[in-house]
Amino acid sequence: MIKGGYKLDTKEFLKKLSNGSSVSGFEHGLSDLITSSFKDHTDQITTDKLGNIIMLKKGTEDGSSIKIMIAAHMDEIGLMVKHIEDNGFIRFTNVGGIDPRTIVGQEVVVHGKEDLFGVIGSKPPHLQEPTEIDKAIKMEDMIIDLGYPKEKVLELVSIGDPITIKRDFKSLQGSRVMGKSLDDKAGIAVMYEAMLELSNLKHEADVYFVATVQEEVGTRGAFTSTYSINPDIGIAIDVGFGSTPELPKGATIDMGKGPGITIGGNIHPGLRDQLIEIAKQYNIPYQLEVTPGPTGTDGRAMQITREGIPTLCLSVPLRYMHTSVEIIDMEDVKNTAKLLAFFISSITRENLEGLLCY
Amino acid sequence: MLLKRLTEAAGVSGNEKEVRDIIIEEIKDHVDELIVDRLGNVIAYKKGKEDSKKLMITAHMDEVGLMITDIDNEGLLKFTTVGGIDKRILVSKPVLIGKNKILGVIGAKPIHLQKREEWQRALNIDQLYIDIGAKNKEEAERLVNIGDYVSFDSQYIEFGDDLIKAKALDNRVGCSLLIELIKETKDIGFYGVFTVMEEIGLVGAGPAAYRVDPDISIILEGTLCYELPNMDEHLVPTSLNKGPAISIMDRTTLYDREFRDRIKKIAEKNNIPYQYRKTSMGGNDSGRIHTTKEGSITTAISVPCRNIHSPTSVMSKKDYKNTYNLLIAILSEYKKGEL
Repeated sequence: MIKGGYKLDTKEFLKKLSNGSSVSGFEHGLSDLITSSFKDHTDQITTDKLGNIIMLKKGTEDGSSIKIMIAAHMDEIGLMVKHIEDNGFIRFTNVGGIDPRTIVGQEVVVHGKEDLFGVIGSKPPHLQEPTEIDKAIKMEDMIIDLGYPKEKVLELVSIGDPITIKRDFKSLQGSRVMGKSLDDKAGIAVMYEAMLELSNLKHEADVYFVATVQEEVGTRGAFTSTYSINPDIGIAIDVGFGSTPELPKGATIDMGKGPGITIGGNIHPGLRDQLIEIAKQYNIPYQLEVTPGPTGTDGRAMQITREGIPTLCLSVPLRYMHTSVEIIDMEDVKNTAKLLAFFISSITRENLEGLLCY
Repeated sequence: MLLKRLTEAAGVSGNEKEVRDIIIEEIKDHVDELIVDRLGNVIAYKKGKEDSKKLMITAHMDEVGLMITDIDNEGLLKFTTVGGIDKRILVSKPVLIGKNKILGVIGAKPIHLQKREEWQRALNIDQLYIDIGAKNKEEAERLVNIGDYVSFDSQYIEFGDDLIKAKALDNRVGCSLLIELIKETKDIGFYGVFTVMEEIGLVGAGPAAYRVDPDISIILEGTLCYELPNMDEHLVPTSLNKGPAISIMDRTTLYDREFRDRIKKIAEKNNIPYQYRKTSMGGNDSGRIHTTKEGSITTAISVPCRNIHSPTSVMSKKDYKNTYNLLIAILSEYKKGEL
């Protein structure tokens, strides 16, 4: 059965996701966008207590008993209001891993009673001591200027309000795009595209697409959603370090050369071999990403949930991770989705036991 | 809106064309003489009824930015700074390169792959590069040339309590004020001069002053404003919303005391708030202007700008209005021959 309905272009969808705000613990701002984009092509959508959005696309065979869970996290790193100074300036802390050097001089949106524009201030170079210039500015020494006096700020902003860097998603050369929080909104885009691909394929398995919450603060949403779905296979879609000159070759994957397939203890070897087999069979470019220990992705949470879940991780190469100018190649999104869809389609009750056998 | 157009135009020192074109288009029907000199300065003259002294009002057109120095094998672009930029404000910002405004970003190493002590040190310019999404050197070379100017990609945004965020407020705010003065005043004779390359060493101002040979000059600027909570009052160079900042002394000029007092009196007489610029750091075109030929008298009047020389400079519309009102008041005294 091919389901109809409106199909949003994947890049347009990613643009909306990237420009939206979903700091860990405050992901609800993206719920409507995600559910409305997936609902015409899935059979059932539920949201759990932590805010994970679980979207089920039933298998094309009647009475299927295989469950495959795909997880991409919808949360993003951000900042949080800590204190309001007498002159109305805001002091803040980080939510998730942020290099303080990447936020100096940024435009921000403080998500108070309403969304408020502000800037992270910097000291004029004219006033700096020569010794200052080589030191990184600490986050605790930075301020956000909303341009309002304290009384007005207190009216609109509360301690604990989330803050995002303001950045417009834009196209660069060729198929490359830049924006904030492409980690891991690129993963949500991969799920979306894979879902569309699957509408044209036979797949025995029931597929649970999960937009998880709170990955950036400890893969928390993946734990609860994996527990409730209890899948036969868990696949995390996240981003991998895109190669740049200053990074060691072995720690990165190249832009535009297809998804990274993770190899290591977090990954089920039989399923990984099948994934590579499918990539070869359909001529989908891929790269290997070596992580011997637990990955820092939802795949880690999936693997150790309940009695243990056989897990895979696919990575979209991404440059400048956790800055507000992350870059990905849309071709990589497409190829990751394609590989994911063909892999899902290849799993049957008949071959699954064999693949999982050690 | 004029200030939006001016701040969103690219005009890194030595490459002021876009800004110059806007200025000429705005003022050409309101002046009696208009030339672009050999350096690119715009020199306009408005005739008055009778001018006792020769008055020149200036604003520099250029802004700080970057310039491409190399394209590496991966198609990534190395750059240097043009004018005074704190290297620490460059990381994780979008920029626009060359005439075609190719979008690029200045990225940074992922925090996951850093040692803890790394993020306590500032990144040096030679560690940074611009990524335009090119797949390789050849693709980058088709789009970008060594020597291309780079400006910050930053929109004009109004926010907060009558504030504006933009790049290049230093000194498009001065350009905007001067354009308005030229368009709005009548029967007051003065030279309106828009200079080039102030940020790389007051390059345009000297030759412009040599040509005009003024008796008195008013330099319009966007100047530094920095006010953190709990800062000692005497360390605050200027404050937002306290009106135009009048310079006393900086690294290029000791401003004429008598002329400064005269301006102060004009402000007081017209109930216009003003403040002194309480730092001797920085400098402006006055440095060249007051020492050109036999020398002349200058004053600098500035709109305070937070986060100056960064893509997210901030100024107050109230300060703009008060600066404009002060200039109009000064010109009306000048018209009466009482300056």
